[in-house]
Amino acid sequence: MKPIHLAAGVLAATVATTAQAQTPVLTVYTYDSFVSDWGPGPVIEKAFEEVCACDLQFVGTGDGAALLARIKLEGARSDADVVLGLDTNLTAAATETGLFAPHSVDVAYDVPMEWSDPNFVPFDWGYFAFVYNDGIEPPANFRDLADSDLTIVIQDPRSSTPGLGLLMWVKAAYGDEAPMIWADLADNIVTVTKGWTESYGLFLEGEADMALSYTTSPAYHLIAEEDATKKAAAFDEGHYLQVEVAGKLAASDQPELADRFLEFMVSDAFQSAIPTTNWMYPAVTPKDGLPEGFDTLITPETALLIPAEDAPALRDEALQEWLQALSR
Amino acid sequence: MAASPLQISRAGGIGAATLVVALIAAALGAVAWRAEGEFSLGPADWAAVRFTLWQAFLSAVISVALAVPVARALARRRFVGRNVLIALLGAPFILPVIVAVLGILAVFGRGGWVNQLLGLWGIAPLSIYGLGGVLLAHVFFNLPLATRLILQGWQSIPAERFRLAAQLGLGPRTVFQVLEWPVLIRVVPGALALIFVICLASFAVALTLGGGPRATTIELAIYQAFLFDFDLGRAAVLSLMQLGMAGGAAVLALWLVPQVSLTGGMGRSVRRWDAPKGALRWLDAALIGLAAGFLLVPLASVVLSGLPGIAALPAGVFRAAWSSVWVSGLSVCVLLALALPMAGWIGTSRHGGIEAAGLLGFAASPLMIGTGWFILIYPFAAPSSLALPVTALVNALMALPFALRILVPGMRDVVAAQGRLSAALGLRGWRLWLWVILPGVRPQIGFAAGLAAALSMGDLGVIALFADQDHATLPLQMYRLMGAYQMEAAAGAALLLIILAFGAFWMCDAWGRRGAVSE
Repeated sequence: MKPIHLAAGVLAATVATTAQAQTPVLTVYTYDSFVSDWGPGPVIEKAFEEVCACDLQFVGTGDGAALLARIKLEGARSDADVVLGLDTNLTAAATETGLFAPHSVDVAYDVPMEWSDPNFVPFDWGYFAFVYNDGIEPPANFRDLADSDLTIVIQDPRSSTPGLGLLMWVKAAYGDEAPMIWADLADNIVTVTKGWTESYGLFLEGEADMALSYTTSPAYHLIAEEDATKKAAAFDEGHYLQVEVAGKLAASDQPELADRFLEFMVSDAFQSAIPTTNWMYPAVTPKDGLPEGFDTLITPETALLIPAEDAPALRDEALQEWLQALSR
Repeated sequence: MAASPLQISRAGGIGAATLVVALIAAALGAVAWRAEGEFSLGPADWAAVRFTLWQAFLSAVISVALAVPVARALARRRFVGRNVLIALLGAPFILPVIVAVLGILAVFGRGGWVNQLLGLWGIAPLSIYGLGGVLLAHVFFNLPLATRLILQGWQSIPAERFRLAAQLGLGPRTVFQVLEWPVLIRVVPGALALIFVICLASFAVALTLGGGPRATTIELAIYQAFLFDFDLGRAAVLSLMQLGMAGGAAVLALWLVPQVSLTGGMGRSVRRWDAPKGALRWLDAALIGLAAGFLLVPLASVVLSGLPGIAALPAGVFRAAWSSVWVSGLSVCVLLALALPMAGWIGTSRHGGIEAAGLLGFAASPLMIGTGWFILIYPFAAPSSLALPVTALVNALMALPFALRILVPGMRDVVAAQGRLSAALGLRGWRLWLWVILPGVRPQIGFAAGLAAALSMGDLGVIALFADQDHATLPLQMYRLMGAYQMEAAAGAALLLIILAFGAFWMCDAWGRRGAVSE
């Protein structure tokens, strides 16, 4: 038997090398934490390569905003076939570049909003929320928070995607009253950080009572660390939604493979990896449901989201208000 | 009279300086070339300019003002562990920003050790967020560097002078006026300029400890322009302003100050007969103790929090550590190839203004250099395949101002001490470098190489712009761990980073000091 095994092995190896030489390469640009060893990237790469007869290559580029900047920088010459990791604050600007092509995915999304964007397919979503340690009385809304002595640490909307999310959250909930809310919140804000990592680090070190994060953050602590002391505060104005999407580039040299990837993205193999690697809700709930522990999370009754096409203009207005209120 | 009796060829120095300026100008040019539409600077930008200048000025002045007495105390005292302490002075500087900030907050933060102590006596907790916090962090980063630079100046005073002063019965005060003051005048302006430029480029530290958007620096505005607004024109203008400020500071500090050099001694070891006894001895001890505590306690907290995580680091961290070591070694080579000829050129000129070219390397926003070179490389090669070499090059550029600040005074001393003899012997070209200059500045080379290696090891820099799955460096991998909520493993990775960075620094520095002719 042995020689046959050996021969089979050699044959398989030869086939593998030839296959490698000819396999099409699908290049997916995404944000850095997606491709990290601890993110969804490695699992998804393996799962897709099992079915696609292709080589899936992820390229990480900082965060979601850096991702769009990179695509703009590269323009139509880009090697990227798919861009994965923009959110609804960025899709209008991304569409405006004219670099993205319509998709053909048609599934029933479990996203708490009507999805009809012709260019972008959602792959996961989450609600922004303030995360705190058991033992404090969580505020019920922004006014409550502003009136309390609780301290918070947030991210700068000029350098961070969640920071921008908070800006839109307050704007969506309070409209013209947003500047007043920010002025009242000023004395609760310990500091503003460059990105989510710094804020969450400061919160875990005890520098603030709460940090801006996601309603799903406690799931990490519960599932990976068996620590049930982290909670997300439920706000009665509703919670701002972040929907993360992917889109196919018009100039892709692998348009069919890119379409297949987008189809794969809303399938179980991809979606079931999301909850415990990206710590977000899957855009299409896998048939086995959500992992145990997700049922303990708060589920906001109202989902707030500023329509993608209004986001750029509102962003500039809200940013000026934010700067003015906090620079005083 | 010629500027120097030493026949160091200027071609190498001019070539290196031109290359540095060209690398930065090409990046800036590429960004400006891709810019579209109109751009203008708003009131928020000017507020950022004002804040940036003000905090950088204060940080530089405070760091140097504190470093002078600490360096003086270190220069005239010998105690067990002195060498280790001096080497450890390099450590805060090489920490990745987020690690250093967490270390500082563990001590001075809201729930930090200082506030816990105050709480025991019923004193309300202090908040460090604001300008005070920014300065605290910048002094934490830069006090050690300033101390090393000034100490190095102090140690350049030939032993014979102290011997003579002792024979003449001069007291500490007179020794200060006659021997030490001229040296201070020589090293302080350069140290001020260097720290000013470092703090100009501060972003995450200033924002996090500054407590909000009031603490917006130009670097944050550049970041926003590049990544959030994709307004390349604005990014180019802001980068140019940052370069202008750094250049202005460098010219002020380096051009106007006379570059006096003492005639050299015989290189015997320094003994300080003038060091005061009694109460002043305790003052020196207290100064050294306070400075060491201020620097080492936050560092100790970083080490302590890293211990639980380091045993179980994921494999990807070690792969990244290997990339970092590689990048670090490469950037030391690039650095020395640029810095030595430049230092040779500057060391034999009467004015030190050329050093300003080196300072630009740090003042140029890494994001600007990264993006500029991305635009230039992109048509010809995949930027991710060049991720590590580009990172090494940018890191070498960043370390250049430090290397020059360290090498130039040493170079001047070699010129002063060996210049005439070498000229009389007709030494020039590679023989001059190999037999006279390199052995003469070996301690400085070791210190500069060590600092560059460590700086490169800890720098996140441009790698995040170029990296793919297989080309992560250790700091990037540490950020990724934090981004995946894995704070314990991230703390372990930070400890590994400290060990590697400090190990590299120690090896180079010890190599330099072992061969030191004097000290």
